[in-house]
Amino acid sequence: MNRVLPVLSVVGVIVVLWYAAAVWMNAPWVRDQAARAGATVSFAELVPETMALERPVLPAPHQVVVELVKSTFGIKVTSKKSLVYHGWITLSATLLGFAIGTGAGVLLAVGIIHNRAMDLSVMPWAIASQTIPILAIAPMIIVVLNSVGVQGLVPKAIISAYLSFFPVVVGMVKGLRSPDAMQLDLLRTYSATGTETLAKLRLPSSMPYLFASLKVGIAASLVGAIVGELPTGAVAGLGARLLSGSYYGQTVQIWAALFAAALVAAALVAIVGVIERQVLARMGMAR
Amino acid sequence: MIWVMFAIAFWAAAWAVNLRLARSGLMARRGWRLVVPALFGVTLLVLWEGIVRGLQVPGVILPPPSAIALRIASEGPTLWADFRQTFLKGALSGYAIGCGAAVLTAIAIDRSPFLQRGLLPVGNFVAALPIVGIAPILVMWFGFDWQSKAAVVVVMVFFPVLVNTVAGLAAAERMQRDLMATWGAGYWQSLVKLRLPAAMPFIFNGLKIATTLALIGAIVAEFFGSPIVGMGFRITAEVGRLGLDMVWAEIAVAAVAGSAFYGLVALIERRVTFWHPSQRV
Repeated sequence: MNRVLPVLSVVGVIVVLWYAAAVWMNAPWVRDQAARAGATVSFAELVPETMALERPVLPAPHQVVVELVKSTFGIKVTSKKSLVYHGWITLSATLLGFAIGTGAGVLLAVGIIHNRAMDLSVMPWAIASQTIPILAIAPMIIVVLNSVGVQGLVPKAIISAYLSFFPVVVGMVKGLRSPDAMQLDLLRTYSATGTETLAKLRLPSSMPYLFASLKVGIAASLVGAIVGELPTGAVAGLGARLLSGSYYGQTVQIWAALFAAALVAAALVAIVGVIERQVLARMGMAR
Repeated sequence: MIWVMFAIAFWAAAWAVNLRLARSGLMARRGWRLVVPALFGVTLLVLWEGIVRGLQVPGVILPPPSAIALRIASEGPTLWADFRQTFLKGALSGYAIGCGAAVLTAIAIDRSPFLQRGLLPVGNFVAALPIVGIAPILVMWFGFDWQSKAAVVVVMVFFPVLVNTVAGLAAAERMQRDLMATWGAGYWQSLVKLRLPAAMPFIFNGLKIATTLALIGAIVAEFFGSPIVGMGFRITAEVGRLGLDMVWAEIAVAAVAGSAFYGLVALIERRVTFWHPSQRV
């Protein structure tokens, strides 16, 4: 409870600063318009006008919220102006890619644990690949898959999968190795096979590590899906809203799409967090 | 077909060698440890080359590594110009400004527990958001040139470094702080001599995360508009012309630059935090 007040006041300060910046950044345009009309504006007239522009340099927070609410609830879900429509397109690609990436990551981690040669050859590359700007490949994947006839959801999901893949591999390898020698020896005295050790000791004890990587992975998946929408030329999805907004100077639209993306990201991470707490509590590992 | 057969034979042979190496006692030595991943990397390249040539995959779908290497050799000046625009101007300057501002902010809010309790959850929250999305806005504000890319990088690296630095400044132990107090050290003395050095492992953790983010930010920001030079611009332009060997060449440069940047920061970390248990060999 002692965190609510500080967080609220920090958010409050950010909102106040934002309003101040909106006035400051939009003022030249308003003054310019007034000068062209041959009028002068006083400060009291200036402030409300800077917050009600059609295409402001920086929209005021309430403009963004109004646009967000309007394009989320005010328009039919099937309409191309609805953020729910675009958000769902991005979200479906994110979730599909996340599922593929997580599944493949867990499988590779199990392989790495059981095969020393695979560990030595694949692991350094998996770690090195984290330092590479993978997102740069996104446009190429989209266009190449498009040229062989695959389009729509799958190419974006592949980028998402690729981004969530490596955090899961690295986290799961760490997690599957986390049982200590004593526990492994105990299972050996029970004459447990490799599969049994995996199912009864290694997988359960890897859960905290898995969830930590899942949180990183799902956020990365969303970024992948959004960036994956850029090169197709602004057809659909939150990334497309960002791009078309930047083509046509619709700043309010960009900010609304950005807020929507932020809300989706926060919701996804929160959902993974809730599942984590439930699972760990059921397994007796809650901290 | 002969190419595919050769590639698969090479793969099988390399795998057998790797299995032998992994079981042998050589792995205890440092130099040999690099052989296995290096051989695996070469195997991937040979497989790629063999399959692309053997199945005659068109170059507009997947060019063979040899064609990419040729491109890197022949287009050196273009690649260098793109690298300078995106990495040296956009990513590096943004990285320096963003990380510097984050460390200074962390020191500024260090004296106020209230601000820390408020800023940390907000910082953690923002660090998980798709901040790349802010790129179109910053491109509008700062124009198409490298300044807007640097601005995107500043925003992207700020929060991870801030969160890590604040955590690091709390890392010095109670006993150590008490010791500083018994020596009559003031706030600044104990900050410079105890708490900043103790925070270094955390700060470098943030700095290392930020290296990758910086390069991603600089490249992705170019997708929203750029002058006719830069790695992100070249990737989108060449994808449009289906010059995929050039795209791969840019990606190779980006990969090498990203790893080298990360390696450099890791190297500095080694020199600075030589006392930390994780650095002792």
